[in-house]
Amino acid sequence: MKRLKSWLPLLSVLLAVGVDLWLPDSPLHTPTKTKYFLWFLLILGIIFIINIIRDNLRKTKDKNFAKQAPFYAVLILLLNIFNLVSKKYALLPVIFFPSIDRVFSVIVEDSAFLATCVFSSAKLLFAGFAIGVIAGVITGIAVGFNKVISYWINPLVRAIGPMPPTAWIPIVLVVFPTTFAGSVFLIALSVWFPTTIMTAGGIQNIPNAYFEVASTLGAGRYYQILKVGIPAAMPQMFLGIFNGAGISFVTLMTAELLGVKNGIGWYINWQKDMMAYANVYAGLIIIAVSFYLLVMLLFKVRDRILVWQKGVIKW
Amino acid sequence: MVGAIDINSVIKKFTTDDGNEITALDGVDLNIKAGEFISLIGPSGCGKSTLLRLIAGLSTPTKGTLSMDGAGIEGTSYERGLVFQNAMLFPWLNIYDNIAFGLKARNVYRKHKERVSKFINMVSLAGFEKSYPHQLSGGMIQRAGLARVLINDPKVLLLDEPLGALDAFTRMNLQDELIHLWKKEKMTMILVTHDVDEAVYLSSRIVVMTPRPAKVEKILDVNLSYPRVRSSSEFLYLRTQILKILDYAGKTEDPGYFI
Repeated sequence: MKRLKSWLPLLSVLLAVGVDLWLPDSPLHTPTKTKYFLWFLLILGIIFIINIIRDNLRKTKDKNFAKQAPFYAVLILLLNIFNLVSKKYALLPVIFFPSIDRVFSVIVEDSAFLATCVFSSAKLLFAGFAIGVIAGVITGIAVGFNKVISYWINPLVRAIGPMPPTAWIPIVLVVFPTTFAGSVFLIALSVWFPTTIMTAGGIQNIPNAYFEVASTLGAGRYYQILKVGIPAAMPQMFLGIFNGAGISFVTLMTAELLGVKNGIGWYINWQKDMMAYANVYAGLIIIAVSFYLLVMLLFKVRDRILVWQKGVIKW
Repeated sequence: MVGAIDINSVIKKFTTDDGNEITALDGVDLNIKAGEFISLIGPSGCGKSTLLRLIAGLSTPTKGTLSMDGAGIEGTSYERGLVFQNAMLFPWLNIYDNIAFGLKARNVYRKHKERVSKFINMVSLAGFEKSYPHQLSGGMIQRAGLARVLINDPKVLLLDEPLGALDAFTRMNLQDELIHLWKKEKMTMILVTHDVDEAVYLSSRIVVMTPRPAKVEKILDVNLSYPRVRSSSEFLYLRTQILKILDYAGKTEDPGYFI
């Protein structure tokens, strides 16, 4: 039974290939130069075969691929159905629902331009994210440790923080010299707030005994902040940063819609205006993949830094 | 020898959140000679730990003075090491870094690096340097907590019910280790406990305290040689005596009957 399960995705791939090869295309869809969907299925098929072989070579009972196999099989079945509905029978409005071939053709044939868009979005995101995290951690530490700073800054944080960063756009457009600087500010703002709140909260919730231990061991005030306060608040800090990352993705897209003349969010909006929906889907796929990779990267960083938490807290 | 602690008519009052004033210590006088093993024993909540925190310098008395070797106690010092009830190891540091914390905090790590492995070996945690606290058992954690304080070479070791949360066997093992340590390092030890057996087994003097507001009720000398036998008649006599004091401490009426 387990054996059979591993073959399901391959079966699904073969079915999709059969449908694409032997059913006639609807004349409503403009054909592409290359049959990208077929190529895509071919690559997937090869990957699946490699995984089946790897699973069989593995001595342990833990068959990783067999576990994920039904998911992949259904995923390809859904693509297959979409292919039927769009390219084969054109059951959906052709202009809004292009064939999978067209979407892939955009990704391949427009790749150079898409790459520059991704690059300029990444520049914006990283600049804003880095500034937001650094500012958030510093504000959080100051608010968490210093009663006076907490008194003066906390109300400000609470008033400004919950505002959606994009609400600042009218002011940002006037105040900042370039749209790039303005967009960086907006993204930084969206990361800054949750990071500040969670860092300050994390520090205030540290059991006082940890500081007492440190002080009886001979640690001074600054050593306590650096070596006790910050590491103890680190799990909370990461929660804030993860929250901020989510909001910053939204802000990035919105910022690009309004000001910047490049970037993947801007690309989607531009192509939408031109009614080039294949390009819109291509942009969406690229956004999904790159944000997925970014979140994975963030998780990896967290696991590295919070290795001491393994088995203590899960989220 | 250094490590004498003098406590002169110390009063400590707390104000609770709802504005009530609580007197935790009501005029405590106690002179501890260098190299003594003192146990503070008394009903729970009587202020033993408060007294220990005052000696450590974690809080200041409302009235009265505390001094170590003639100098007034102001703030904490690594010379008065405090072992907490559940060790309070830093969960984000592995055992090596936890034990090395004191040296690093005092900026003498590079000079005394070899002390870390020495103390890891002393508390038999060799091989667990890279482990994190949550991976160790209660006894190991408490031993690591002890090593973390000892690495600073304190003159006075303050122990706040360090063995309270351990099972009986681990506790007895660690009691022997404490005596061994005390004989070897010749430091002053002040132990807060509510285990009468533990007090008699370990200390050279036992300070029995009254219920809150706490004062010194009685000081008993324990003139038994180490290692002590828990079933010897002298041991049991002392134990009974302390229990008697604790039983009657704070009570005025005699039940008026015998069993």
